[in-house]
Amino acid sequence: MSSGWFLAVSALVFGIGAIGVLTRRNPLLVLVSLELMLNAGNLALITFARMHNAAEGHIFAMVVMVVAAAEVAIGLGIVVALYRNRVAVDVDELRELRG
Amino acid sequence: MSPTDAAWIVLILPLLGAVILGLGFRVWTGRVAGLIGTASVGLAFVFSLVSLFSLLGRDGEGERQIASSLYDYATVAGVDVKMEILVDPLSLIMLLVVTGVSTLIHLYSIAYMKGDAGYTRFFAYLNFFVFSMLVLVLAGNFVLLIVGWGFVGAASYMLISFWFRRGTATSAGIKAFVINVVGDIGMMLGVILLLRHTGTVDLLETFAIAEPTFGPESGNTGALTAGLLLIMVGAFAKSAQLPLHTWLPDAMEGPTPVSSLIHAATMVTAGVYLIARLHPLMELAPTAQLVGMIIGALTLLVAGTIALVQTDLKRVIAYSTMSQIGYMIMGVSASVYVAAMFHLVTHAFFKALLFMAAGSLISAMAGEQSMDKMRGFKKAMPFTYGAFIIGGLALAGIPPFSGFFSKDEILAGVADQGGWYWLLWAVGYIGAFLTAVYTWRMIFRAFWGTPVPEAVELEGGHLHHAAEHRNPKTGEIEDTEVGFPGPEHHIAERARPMKIAMSLLALLATVGGLLGIPHVLMPLEHFLEPVFHHDAPQHVAGGGVTILGLVLGTVVGIAGIFVAYRLWAVPPAPKDEAARQRVADNPALEATTISAGYQARFAGLHRFFLNKWYFDELIDLLIVRPVRAVGRVSRDGFERIVISGTLVGGTAGTVRGASALVRRMQSGYLRSYAAVTLVGAAAVLIYVLIQS
Repeated sequence: MSSGWFLAVSALVFGIGAIGVLTRRNPLLVLVSLELMLNAGNLALITFARMHNAAEGHIFAMVVMVVAAAEVAIGLGIVVALYRNRVAVDVDELRELRG
Repeated sequence: MSPTDAAWIVLILPLLGAVILGLGFRVWTGRVAGLIGTASVGLAFVFSLVSLFSLLGRDGEGERQIASSLYDYATVAGVDVKMEILVDPLSLIMLLVVTGVSTLIHLYSIAYMKGDAGYTRFFAYLNFFVFSMLVLVLAGNFVLLIVGWGFVGAASYMLISFWFRRGTATSAGIKAFVINVVGDIGMMLGVILLLRHTGTVDLLETFAIAEPTFGPESGNTGALTAGLLLIMVGAFAKSAQLPLHTWLPDAMEGPTPVSSLIHAATMVTAGVYLIARLHPLMELAPTAQLVGMIIGALTLLVAGTIALVQTDLKRVIAYSTMSQIGYMIMGVSASVYVAAMFHLVTHAFFKALLFMAAGSLISAMAGEQSMDKMRGFKKAMPFTYGAFIIGGLALAGIPPFSGFFSKDEILAGVADQGGWYWLLWAVGYIGAFLTAVYTWRMIFRAFWGTPVPEAVELEGGHLHHAAEHRNPKTGEIEDTEVGFPGPEHHIAERARPMKIAMSLLALLATVGGLLGIPHVLMPLEHFLEPVFHHDAPQHVAGGGVTILGLVLGTVVGIAGIFVAYRLWAVPPAPKDEAARQRVADNPALEATTISAGYQARFAGLHRFFLNKWYFDELIDLLIVRPVRAVGRVSRDGFERIVISGTLVGGTAGTVRGASALVRRMQSGYLRSYAAVTLVGAAAVLIYVLIQS
């Protein structure tokens, strides 16, 4: 199976994730979509590692997974804290940083 | 211990006191603060004595002039500035006077300032002042001299404005500070001018090369004269000489111990000390000497006439101080250094005493300073009365009190120059006559005659308290936190520290003349001689002139007292029933009955003197208003339009406009940020792809 397919799947998943991030208003789903994008990136990294027969891509993928795990932990923490403060969970209502 | 080691300790002690009190003002709010302050200065006096005896143990001229340097303070452009003190008989005399009189005044303040909200602060300031004055006196180079000069100005400002909730006090402080800064600038420019030619700031080195650098052959006499005149502007500002004197009477807004210490005994004599210190230079610049003599003579005359008509007790003494310093300035400018320094010493004694007695009297009046309201305190305050008499006799120059010997020696020295200098001599004796008149006017008005209610109250054993506290100058009601006179205030009769301090000063004012009886006993002259004799020809007046002066001084003094007696001590019987009733209603009126006739006859002259020769108005017209006008124009025309409007406002406006644009992007929508990020990343990616 050529590497092209892997990359195509990666791009597809990344696109789905990106659209999810942009369109979904529930923070949980935004986080899930973000996870999709990260994993698409991971898939691409590993594919390139195999293409070039080098180990760096694998290591990168590992790092990304660790970061993703940390990000999910923090993200979920924020979501839970938000949920406690206000019942409606909608990213459009979180506009405290508006200039 | 060498003289300089002791002098360093003298310098450090008041600083320590100021720092301890300044940091611990929350801890020691009571008597302890006063004791710490007094002890630090008292110890400084002890070490001054150590230094004196150590110096007396050495003989020879060179050995009695010792400079000591701790470290190099700065070495810039070939000029070496050291942390250096100079101990010689001249600075030692000042050291003894400053620490000695300060100790007594600190002692007096322990009782006098008791109950004031700022008790500890007062002693911290006072100690700082003593430290500054010692820096000034001991400075071994021009830089330290200027530092000390500036410090005493700052200390004076803080102490005049001590009761900072009193508007008149703060504005008097500002006035004193501004005029002193004018002097400081003059002095600094003068020093720089001298430095250009000598290349050194060290005093001894400057004196050593003064002759070749500035002598008649060098062609630099003009520069020297200009430099010295600028330095003398500083001396005149600090010593309240015309036309920079207007701050001194206003400085009486400060607490009375401050007037006694700073504005009578020590700081205001700094100008005299400065000219004496720089005498090797002064001798080479006859023009500068002439200016000094004329200014001194004018000041003593003008101040004497003003003092004749003022009614504020402390202001009369302040003008008297100005006038006495006029004598000293005239003396040092006429090369009569020893006599001038002698007068400085005796003046410190009797003037500090007079101020202390005035403080006691003002306390008895519960803060009232106007002589119009004082009368008949003789019986109620015998001790204060005695102090006033001794101070008054010394000030009027009656033998054998200390003022007698010193003043006449100065005048004899001036007359010794011959020619029209006799005119200055005559002015000096007119001034002496005025001095006797206004001093005894004060005494007769305050102590003789029918007692006012406050005096009667005191005779009955009760010290008068003001029901509501009023500003003695403007009469407006003040809050009690201004401090004096608080619920508990003190008079000399009842407070031991005040009594001790005044007794000692009275003793010194009486016997201080022993330091230099012309041609008979002259320990001061012998002590100071090595400083002055070898490079400045000491004008020792001919015996005849001195004797004539002594006799004339006595006659003039007694005549002055007699005139004062006729004018203010024996009021005429009221002419009719209405007049008698008026006097009965207000006993103080009695004092003014005779002089009121003269006031009416010479109304113009009286008004002229009462308004202090219109110096304040003149300065206001010539300097204050033009400066204020320039200030207003630059504020309205330049500051507001160019600086505030264009430069500052323009910058701020640009930033605000730009940020208004940028701010739009901060919508706060998470998804729009994500979209922008995504589009941005995609754009970068596309760019990279196109490039490759």
